[in-house]
Amino acid sequence: MNGPQDLGGMDGFGPVEPEPNEPVFHDDWEKRAFALTLAMGMPGGWNIDQSRFARENRSPAEYWSMSYYQIWFAALERMLKERALVTDDEVVAGHSLHKPKPVPRVLSPGDVLKVLHRGGPTERPTNTKPAFKPGNAVRAKNINPPTHTRLPRYVRGHVGTVDRVIGFHVFPDSNATGAGENPQWLYTVRFEGRELWGPDGDPTSQVSVDAWESYLTPAD
Amino acid sequence: MANDHHHHDHDHSELSDTQLRVRALETVLTEKGYVDPAALDLLIETYEKKVGPRNGARVVARAWANPAYRARLLKDATPAIGELGYAGRQGEHIVAVENTPTLHNMVVCTLCSCYPWPVLGLPPVWYKSAPYRSRAVADPRGVLKDFGVTLPASTKIRVWDSTSEIRYLVVPMRPAGTDGWTEERLADLVTRDSMIGTGLPKSPKDLA
Repeated sequence: MNGPQDLGGMDGFGPVEPEPNEPVFHDDWEKRAFALTLAMGMPGGWNIDQSRFARENRSPAEYWSMSYYQIWFAALERMLKERALVTDDEVVAGHSLHKPKPVPRVLSPGDVLKVLHRGGPTERPTNTKPAFKPGNAVRAKNINPPTHTRLPRYVRGHVGTVDRVIGFHVFPDSNATGAGENPQWLYTVRFEGRELWGPDGDPTSQVSVDAWESYLTPAD
Repeated sequence: MANDHHHHDHDHSELSDTQLRVRALETVLTEKGYVDPAALDLLIETYEKKVGPRNGARVVARAWANPAYRARLLKDATPAIGELGYAGRQGEHIVAVENTPTLHNMVVCTLCSCYPWPVLGLPPVWYKSAPYRSRAVADPRGVLKDFGVTLPASTKIRVWDSTSEIRYLVVPMRPAGTDGWTEERLADLVTRDSMIGTGLPKSPKDLA
């Protein structure tokens, strides 16, 4: 979606303000919101692309006024309610009022380190061959899906060069809607700063994105 | 997005709306048996105390000290990083990119907050903030200036936008005056920001 998350190239947000000796968390609720989000992935059954869409699919005014863990927490509440794992009256009461729904698995303390260490690899086996090879000129398609996509607006329509063939990876656009992993070849595509930003662009800069095959057309 | 650390002088005796909502939801989820609070504590402890940029610093220091390791890291970073025991969530597929006198690498996630957790821990607020995500790709030199970093005009800047599940780790240039240093000592020079590309490593005199 052309939503508030797609920030590349926007103006007006001001300077970057690094915080010296920043703590990992700034408040106790951030720790709990972070841990709840990680722990609920297993019983909740959603995938990372569905989580990302739940975070970004809100009004820009709302998204930009929230801190990052507030966005995470709002997305967690949304996904729990969408799946009826938690209901509005329970959120208000702060207690369980209805029978729990059966869930596939709950994260036990003994499994935490194992689960973190395993992670969620997105590379999949394939017998197909990539359509592009390093050095090929490719154009990022001008697509504007109202659903989740990982092709940022600032590269759409622009011509870049395939830098490397990464592998065959889960396609977020379909994974986010529940339409399946639909894995595709994934490439690192490099763009010249001036191709993206015009004559005002920094001629000494290059930007790359990782782009799935269906985002690209040949431009040789 | 709002930088929450700017609003941190509130009275802690009054719980904010967000604090109350998070607490309420944790109670609901615990009562339903969906989460085990002990697992939550362990998740927090892991990322607060165990997994952080010291991991990445050890990787970079080994690459500086050991040419064979450096070659393995640049060829296929995930198993090379795994040799030190670092792997998993948000680091399933890692690519290491090396700075040279003519090329400076910088990493961003314009679409969310993708960051190589196993080697750098959780991202700082600025990395997830709108100012960094909006400008890193359009004005990388301006962003570096916000960090007090000025590169020679002849240095090319390559920005890596983390739009897939690939996570990027910058291998900064080894500081001069460190010949013969042990990996352990070298790791003290490697800052978090130098592995994101918004900073440079410390020099030996910074440690003196």
